[in-house]
Amino acid sequence: MNAETRLAAQLASSRVGALAAMKGVFARDMKVAFRQRQDLLNPLLFFIMVVTLFPLGVSPEVSFLSQAGAGILWVAALLSVLLSLDHLFRHDFDDGTLEQLVLQPQPLFLLILAKTTAHWMLTGLPLVILAPVLGVMVHLDGNSIAVLCLTLLIGTPVLSLIGAIGAALTLGLRSAGVLLSLLIIPLYIPVLIFGTGTVAAAAEGASVGAYLALMGAFLVLALTLAPFAAAAALKISLSNG
Amino acid sequence: MWQIFHKLGSPKWFFGISTRFMPWLLAGGVLLLMAGVVWGLAFAPKDYLQGNSYRIIFIHVPTAFMAQSVYIMMASAALVTLVWRMKLADVFVKAVAPVGLVLTFLALFTGSVWGKPTWGTWWIWDARLTSMLILLFLYGGVIALDRAINDEKSAARAVAVLVVVGVVNIPIIKYSVDWWNTLHQPATFKLTEKPSMPAEMWVPLLLSVLGLYLIFGWLACVRMQTEILSREQRTRWVKEFVLKGRV
Repeated sequence: MNAETRLAAQLASSRVGALAAMKGVFARDMKVAFRQRQDLLNPLLFFIMVVTLFPLGVSPEVSFLSQAGAGILWVAALLSVLLSLDHLFRHDFDDGTLEQLVLQPQPLFLLILAKTTAHWMLTGLPLVILAPVLGVMVHLDGNSIAVLCLTLLIGTPVLSLIGAIGAALTLGLRSAGVLLSLLIIPLYIPVLIFGTGTVAAAAEGASVGAYLALMGAFLVLALTLAPFAAAAALKISLSNG
Repeated sequence: MWQIFHKLGSPKWFFGISTRFMPWLLAGGVLLLMAGVVWGLAFAPKDYLQGNSYRIIFIHVPTAFMAQSVYIMMASAALVTLVWRMKLADVFVKAVAPVGLVLTFLALFTGSVWGKPTWGTWWIWDARLTSMLILLFLYGGVIALDRAINDEKSAARAVAVLVVVGVVNIPIIKYSVDWWNTLHQPATFKLTEKPSMPAEMWVPLLLSVLGLYLIFGWLACVRMQTEILSREQRTRWVKEFVLKGRV
């Protein structure tokens, strides 16, 4: 009995509470991900490479980089989350696990929340950890780097959550990757604006509390609404197959 | 009340009734739009600041206004699709999305043409321009998703989810873009404030907005009828319609 069917059987047979089911889905996603480590590394490499393109393509001047650095890092992080979104449901869709999850008695949006959390831990969080190194490379000062990491910490979960809607909508379609970007990028714009805006405010010496509070509001909004939309989208995509 | 609701959901009923009032929509729309545009272009007084170049407002404002209002209409219809699974609602969404895209493009284009003599540049990253550009992306996404899914029913419902998610985001996007703009640069270029406009200017403007609304209604009917015919091609009433030319 492989991991997927075992999970499905466990969830269905006993009266597993919603919280326990979420834990199970989360633990499984982490386990599966760590068995394919290269997949974990790729978005990070992509992140570093996109950042590298800017000094090469625009200007290696310290003055330019220190001014544009936060924006570059944010755009690169956004793109690399976008790139990794395809993995969120794809493998589970291909091997049928997703159908099992939809059939579970536990609310689907909670299971999606668990999956999205795992996705963020595997892509968003490493980006946040990597960001200070790249921040130094684009000549940001210490204060800006700290604020940048904080905004990424609040912002990347929002990217994962909104992305889950797009990933669910484009599941199983031809050229899903490009389509996913087209659908999701406009929705990412507010997060990008506030993420880079916070760092800009910090660089000017202004207080960042209000900005961070607004980003926190985005996070709360995404946490409460996005799983429902993603669950609805997922059901539509599966009935399509 | 519920009977009307059920009737509205029937493509055949809609096809019959829309054929009857479409000529009126078209005639009224063309009349109002012509009146508004001719009045605006030829008879309305010159702007004291911008001279004649401001006259593009009689095309720019109606398209920009419609571009936003079409998305709201689409979102309402999408909600109806998700809640009541009404067939006509998703026909509407599918039919008007390209119209909305074209209107948004026209609004951006005329705005850009207007910007050249007034601001001295084709494009600035002004908050309103940028949020219209994002609206264009949203329309593009809706159309792309609709084209990508082969199955008609799931395409309609997936598009409905996307449109509703989009409409929740529109105020957030608009607000954050406004905020972003005031952060990065003060509004150097500001159009003359609206309320100062005399009646000889805003009456033709209102006429052309109403005219475009009616023409949009006509266009939506035409496109919905085409979509209905293609979806219901296997039903008996469509066959009879094709043979006899009427429902």
